[in-house]
Amino acid sequence: MSEASAPKAVEGPLNFLDDRLGSTTFFKRNMKKVFPDHWSFMLGEIALYCFIILLLTGTFLTLWFHPSMNEVHYDGSYTKLTGVKMSEAYASTLHISFDVRGGLLMRQIHHWAAILFMASILAHMLRVFFTGAYRKPRELNWLIGLGMFTLGMLEGLFGYSLPDDLLSGTGLRITQGVLESIPVVGTYGYMFLFGGEFPEGEYGDIIPRLFTLHILLIPGLILGLVTAHMMIMWHQKHTAMPTQKQTETQVYGYPFYPVFMAKTGAYFLFTFGVLALLGAFAQINPIWLFGPYDPGAISSASQPDWYMGVLEGSLRIMPNWEITAWGHTLSLNVLIPALVPLGIVFGGAGAWPFVEQWVTGDKRHHHVNDRPRNAPVRTGVGMAAVTFYGLLWLAGANDVLAERFHLSLFATTWFFRFAVFVGPVLAYIITKRVCLGLQRKDADVLGHGVESGVILMSPDGEFTERHEPARPEERTVLLSKERAKEQPPATDANGIPAPGSKGPMGYVRSRLNRAWTFDDIPVEEHGHGDHDGHDDGHTIEGGKEPKQISH
Amino acid sequence: MSETNDTAGSQEPREDGTPRERVVGTPSPAADSALLAKEEYPAPAGAGEELDERSAKRAERVVASLFLLAFAASVGFIVYFIGWSGRDGGMHGIHRARESNLWLGGLMALSFMAMAIGVTIWVRRLMSSKPIVQERHELEATPEDRAAFSAAFMEGAADSGITKRPLLRRTLLLAAAPLGLAPLVLLRDLGPLPEKRLRHTYWGEAVKAAKEKGRTGVRLVVDGTNKPLKVSDFASPGAMITVLPEGIEENAHHALNEIAKAVTILINVPADQFKPAKGRENWHVNGIVAYSKICTHVGCPAALYEQTTHHILCPCHQSTFDATDAAKVVFGPAARPLPQLPLSVEDGYLVATADFPEPIGPSFWERG
Repeated sequence: MSEASAPKAVEGPLNFLDDRLGSTTFFKRNMKKVFPDHWSFMLGEIALYCFIILLLTGTFLTLWFHPSMNEVHYDGSYTKLTGVKMSEAYASTLHISFDVRGGLLMRQIHHWAAILFMASILAHMLRVFFTGAYRKPRELNWLIGLGMFTLGMLEGLFGYSLPDDLLSGTGLRITQGVLESIPVVGTYGYMFLFGGEFPEGEYGDIIPRLFTLHILLIPGLILGLVTAHMMIMWHQKHTAMPTQKQTETQVYGYPFYPVFMAKTGAYFLFTFGVLALLGAFAQINPIWLFGPYDPGAISSASQPDWYMGVLEGSLRIMPNWEITAWGHTLSLNVLIPALVPLGIVFGGAGAWPFVEQWVTGDKRHHHVNDRPRNAPVRTGVGMAAVTFYGLLWLAGANDVLAERFHLSLFATTWFFRFAVFVGPVLAYIITKRVCLGLQRKDADVLGHGVESGVILMSPDGEFTERHEPARPEERTVLLSKERAKEQPPATDANGIPAPGSKGPMGYVRSRLNRAWTFDDIPVEEHGHGDHDGHDDGHTIEGGKEPKQISH
Repeated sequence: MSETNDTAGSQEPREDGTPRERVVGTPSPAADSALLAKEEYPAPAGAGEELDERSAKRAERVVASLFLLAFAASVGFIVYFIGWSGRDGGMHGIHRARESNLWLGGLMALSFMAMAIGVTIWVRRLMSSKPIVQERHELEATPEDRAAFSAAFMEGAADSGITKRPLLRRTLLLAAAPLGLAPLVLLRDLGPLPEKRLRHTYWGEAVKAAKEKGRTGVRLVVDGTNKPLKVSDFASPGAMITVLPEGIEENAHHALNEIAKAVTILINVPADQFKPAKGRENWHVNGIVAYSKICTHVGCPAALYEQTTHHILCPCHQSTFDATDAAKVVFGPAARPLPQLPLSVEDGYLVATADFPEPIGPSFWERG
């Protein structure tokens, strides 16, 4: 094995490329690239593989789909709709489902993959947020990720509008209503998107337009962003969880070739396998049951795909505010829910890395992640955002909730109207308390050791449990917490405050800085005894003091 | 596949094979497993270690049989597709769609999953790569490099003359600005301007045409059957039906667009509960009222009618309107009542005598 050289089949093409591109240097350097391991690092991979599967299945679907609103009378093999007037788009979707072998499977995999794509992006973003992996130098990838999620929402909306069934037409109708609510240019936006009035416009343009956006423009943008995302990740090297061998200057793990390559390949297969299972056994979007679009019809409990639920919920619980003055109407009842909640969540998420840097003054590079408990304010804000988003999302299904749990429909609306404000505050407070509690526990482990299970009897008959110091690996994890120190306002040598620390912004910054740091708990190694000042809850168990550490 | 069952989870037996028994006075196993396992990367048996040849052989057999299973599933997929799914002239109808979905999807999933599990066991049980350490390099350039870049940049700018010749710079910017606007101009023909399109519906046109023929108004036809509706056909209180102006499907220029605006609900409100709005006292026929079906919130069809409360509910966002009281908003995000259509009777048929008095559907900026 020592003098092994790659077989001709590998060496040949490799040398061919190398002669022209000098690529072997790159391959040599990157073949053994280390990828740190953690289960949560796989979430983004699911999104990547879903995207690939979406491209594959989507291409298949385009081969039969007719993006056309021309009216036809159905004469395909789904006899229940024989003779019914419908658009060509709807008829061709029926054709894919019932006359193309594997067509229904591909449609269902495509839809499931879209749902999983968005879900895995969200899970991945939560992982990145709560571990602080977005911190410098990775803010760009964080913003790219947000951009992809936003594009994914549009892509999904346009995609499920294409079959021109009853549900998708309703989605478009809501899109139209939301567009109309935009001040000044709303009606122009509506006319320009639909090429006239809903739904057909002058020439039946909406479906072909959405088709082009759905299969060319937006996937192209996402593909570009995915590429940038991967290249930046590869270049910056992946973050690692705080363990003994992961530091700011080194990364520890299995090499790309062969281990990571095989694992990630298996992961792709798992993703595809699960989606194929869903496509085979879990029905999704059975458009033949909804029927073709009819502007006068609707079914109750209509639900969009999950990632639009937050918008749906906001629309539902908004009070009916509308201002009419000087011959103009401002539909706050549509405008606010369409823009504000997602504006807060996405805008806030985009600004967060920079706000955090500004507040903490921490402009260093970070390659080792934080444990969520060690950044209580960040974790609290994150949970507040999760609660806000989650409540709006649930509000998007309030009719289903009311029906399932036999509640009054209006009562659920009122509940959500208040809960979206109260919930996030509660979530922040509770999360922060939990984080601080966990920090105290960590401090306790460092200061007092862990329970050994050894019961000692003292000469006077008292029973105590012996505590032993935590193992080094464990201590490394606990000690990964940095103290968050309040920064006194910056001054120069003469005591003159630095320019940034004056004025209202400087005041806000120092207040926020204090909020970030004031209740920080030191999780540090030190001799026992000087430790009990702040965690009274634990000193009660004084009998557990590690009396015999040196055994 | 018994082998798969006892190894797929990669539960390599411990050295001694049995779980340790807790003896009083020995360290708790809890301490062992507290927070972290011994290795950060609990690489099972194979990875990073010398392989135990016997268990490796067993793992190899398991992986190979999984790959064989994947192969068989893929072959099954092809065989089913070619040999069976196309019988009797191809796939037709819901039963064959369901059948082929099951076989194709099931075999595809089986193939992917078997391969995925096989590769995973391979990685975890047979690959002998060891974890390695790599340096993280500084990302940013040195201050010298940055300074050198700055110098080169300024030198280039100076050489090009763009700093020295402001006239060039400004005229270039001037030339570029309309170039950026040009594509926007090109998009103008995406659609017509809104004009007054959103202010009227086909009812107005149809009423005008009817009046020219000397009639009171246009007949209401039932959505779906297109049959004109007689008052006597709609006599039972509490009934609700969707109607359109007569002739909309045949005569309207863009029928679907017109239907999307003109679609109307007809409700028979019991006379004792009906409160006609001011100025609309004669817009109903014995309690039969007509409201636009397009919700004033974002335009879903307000299609649900609750007979006991006389509430009209939009299923999209639950805007609720009171049918007895000029469709006023009772609950939900809609801000305005559903517009009402003035009704009358002619020859026993229900007719509309004018268009909706206000724009139907969602509010918009120019609505006023």
